[in-house]
Amino acid sequence: MHSDTRAPLPLKIAAIGGLVFLLAPIALIFVYAFTTEEKSFQWPPPGLTLKWFGVTMGRADVWAALALSVKVAAISTCIALVLGTMTAAAVARSRFFGRETISLLVILPIALPGIITGISLRSAFSLLDIPFSTWTIVLGHATFCIVVVYNNAVARFRRTSGALIEAAMDLGADGLQTFRLVILPNIGTALLAGGMLAFALSFDEVIVTTFTAGNQSTLPIWMLEELIRPRQRPVTNVVAMLVVLVTVFPILAAYWLTKEGEHTEGAEK
Amino acid sequence: MTLPAILPARGGIAARAIDWMMRHPAMFTFLMVLPIVLWLGIVYIGSLIALLMQSFFSIDEFSGVVKQEFTLSTYAELLRPANFDIILRTILMAASVTLASAAIAFPIAYFAARYAKGKWKALFYIGVMLPLWSSYLVKVYAWKLVLAKEGILTWVFEKLHLTWLLDGLLALPVVGGNSLSVSYLGTFIVFVYIWLPYMIIPVQAALERVPGAMMEAASDLGANPGQSFRMVLFPLALPGVIAGSIFTFSLTLGDYIIPQIIGSGRLFIGQAVYVQQGTAGNIPLAAAFTVVPIVIMGVYLWGARKMGAFDAL
Amino acid sequence: MTEAVSFRGVSRYFGHVRAVDGVDLDIRDGEFFAMLGPSGSGKTTCLRLIAGFEQPTGGEIRIYGEQAAGVPPYRRNVNTVFQSYALFPHMNVRDNVAFGLRVKGTGKAERHKAAEEALAMVELAGFGDRRAGELSGGQRQRVALARALVNKPKVLLLDEPLGALDLKLREQMQEELRSLQRALGLTFVFVTHDQDEALSMADRVAVFADGKMQQVGTAEDIYRRPNTRFVADFVGSSNVLPADFVGAGPNGRWASLRPEDIRLDPLGHEAVVTSRAYHGRVVKLGLKLGAQHLNALMPATEDLPQPGEKVRVGWDRARVHMMESGA
Repeated sequence: MHSDTRAPLPLKIAAIGGLVFLLAPIALIFVYAFTTEEKSFQWPPPGLTLKWFGVTMGRADVWAALALSVKVAAISTCIALVLGTMTAAAVARSRFFGRETISLLVILPIALPGIITGISLRSAFSLLDIPFSTWTIVLGHATFCIVVVYNNAVARFRRTSGALIEAAMDLGADGLQTFRLVILPNIGTALLAGGMLAFALSFDEVIVTTFTAGNQSTLPIWMLEELIRPRQRPVTNVVAMLVVLVTVFPILAAYWLTKEGEHTEGAEK
Repeated sequence: MTLPAILPARGGIAARAIDWMMRHPAMFTFLMVLPIVLWLGIVYIGSLIALLMQSFFSIDEFSGVVKQEFTLSTYAELLRPANFDIILRTILMAASVTLASAAIAFPIAYFAARYAKGKWKALFYIGVMLPLWSSYLVKVYAWKLVLAKEGILTWVFEKLHLTWLLDGLLALPVVGGNSLSVSYLGTFIVFVYIWLPYMIIPVQAALERVPGAMMEAASDLGANPGQSFRMVLFPLALPGVIAGSIFTFSLTLGDYIIPQIIGSGRLFIGQAVYVQQGTAGNIPLAAAFTVVPIVIMGVYLWGARKMGAFDAL
Repeated sequence: MTEAVSFRGVSRYFGHVRAVDGVDLDIRDGEFFAMLGPSGSGKTTCLRLIAGFEQPTGGEIRIYGEQAAGVPPYRRNVNTVFQSYALFPHMNVRDNVAFGLRVKGTGKAERHKAAEEALAMVELAGFGDRRAGELSGGQRQRVALARALVNKPKVLLLDEPLGALDLKLREQMQEELRSLQRALGLTFVFVTHDQDEALSMADRVAVFADGKMQQVGTAEDIYRRPNTRFVADFVGSSNVLPADFVGAGPNGRWASLRPEDIRLDPLGHEAVVTSRAYHGRVVKLGLKLGAQHLNALMPATEDLPQPGEKVRVGWDRARVHMMESGA
């Protein structure tokens, strides 16, 4: 939908106002990370300082939470990559009985409110006497990360024409060679994008995690505790800013990667 | 022409296994979907069903032990005024959040779809994707900063000499409160903010599919801008709005963190579930509470499907 | 001499759809063989059965005498030029062409040399570093051809390879393919829905409809002596007439009469002109002889009647072909 006419002024104001509404609170995080105020959320900040970055760097609890978050996100992303790609390959390549059910199954963990996924996993763990561990968190995270990889992979599989796979086999490549030399290079960027989104999703997840973590503290759990019972506001400010930075880069990179992919694939068909 | 027409099989077991799989595509499909079926179909769906079964059990009031007998008494408990209020409050909140999101999202999506080009288009894309993918807790935290009594919003109202307006809003019964961060109004604003991108994206997608020529055709046929919006653009964008409302409605129904951090302290469904399964230890009631959003969303999705909203996703 | 490809009672069903239904077919070594038919006629499925992308539901396929059942595509010394070319978008032209040698384990220097030679053969020497996306349709087509030929296949399969090219380029490629085939002496199996292409290029043509092979023979056989109503109509839209009408035989059988074989003849049958369309070199006339409708093609140089006028037309008996079946 394109038109050369200029936007009416009220529309322009409403749209730009909306954009400010969306972005201003995030920008605010960056200011508060430098405030000298310790006890309240005073605006404007009475002064600016870099001191809290140093303090945050020295906090063992922040580092431990960060390490757990990275570990969980990395493992969940790997599981999601394998399962998501396999499922996407089957769904995109063939029509089989129950294909629609599989697509629904994959979407369900993200379509249902997180609290439902969380509480049902928790009651299943307690029913089966499974103690809380890194793996219980991973189980919950991978469950909803699969859909992100799946969505990216299935779209790319559909755009990668089936003739490419046939061409590879026709030229003498067996199943493994076809996967390594043709399929993987063609879906690679989609998988990278899906993996990055899955990582960001897992890294940020709090609702399911509160049910599957037990006493362990991921970075979002640490944040949540600070939000409910603030102990050291300046450290929270700094952590918040760092978390924004960590999630924003994968998003921009994933956007860029999928965009690139569209160009290369478009050439064939 | 030295090579034969049919080449011998290469390699060992792996190559032969792949040869075999090539000849049996159904087997290939089966092996590819087997892990996901085991994981999601059995572990995940199994947990969901186990949870839902709990809602048909009840808790013994004296011992606090779950009685594993079929009963509807737990569901009857949902209708007790204290619990029913929670449900009503949550649905009202979800509905108002959805309406407000649609109203704010429409001009953004419309501008981005129809007028924004080049740099502006990228800016709008980032403007939607950044808050969508930024950390949920950080966003909630940002609003805690914004809405705090000593925070930026109070300061802005003061600078604009509009303090009376803010005080007036906070003095309103029910939705008001001591400050924005402890009022329904605050909860509402944060919900709208957090779920807004989920509304903008499908609406924009629906609007981008409306050919520019269609709007020109409408004005060519004599419709004024208001009429072409009402009679052409809005009906075509409606599936997108409904698709977006699925997200805003469902996400608001299930959230328990936002009202816990910014709100009046009165419970929403998500918090009730959390409290019942945690401190109260009443898993059957918690399970019954989770059934409420599932049923509401089931009905909602069924209706949305009828209106063709799934094509806009 | 062994046949290059032979089908014996080959069928391929997709559920209840009989894509290929009991086909017997022999393709000779070194011939340019065309499979002609409308879409959905089964010609492409036959090609895919030879390539190994599909396995037959029933019957037997042999390639140079060897049983092909159950053999996957990568173990068949047969290569395909795809309709969409299917060039690998993530590789440059040289790596595309060298792909077949690479998966067979040929060394880098050797396969690059072979790729350059194959590219030179299709007149694309020096294009090795380009990406598939940077090439024109005709160039991609040549790359696809080089990629298949570099493997020295026993049979080369071409699936509507000229379909995406414009008319002029297509005519040029038709000639090039033909001379390439003669020079290499390879067996080419060519699928097309374009009857002109099939008739002008192939040594022999097989016509397909509804999963069955209708007729196989030289271009002239097919055109002059169609066996079935379908072949007569699909190849050159012949007039299919009751045999007694054209005075060629007993009633109950059917005959084919080519539109260009009908001419103005003062001693002929009286007919009414129902339509007239100018096609450049020829004019197409719709005629009604009694209750029978006929199409005629006449040189545009003649002074031709207008619709509604009466004319007298005739034809040479020898041009009337009795068909085996009127169905």
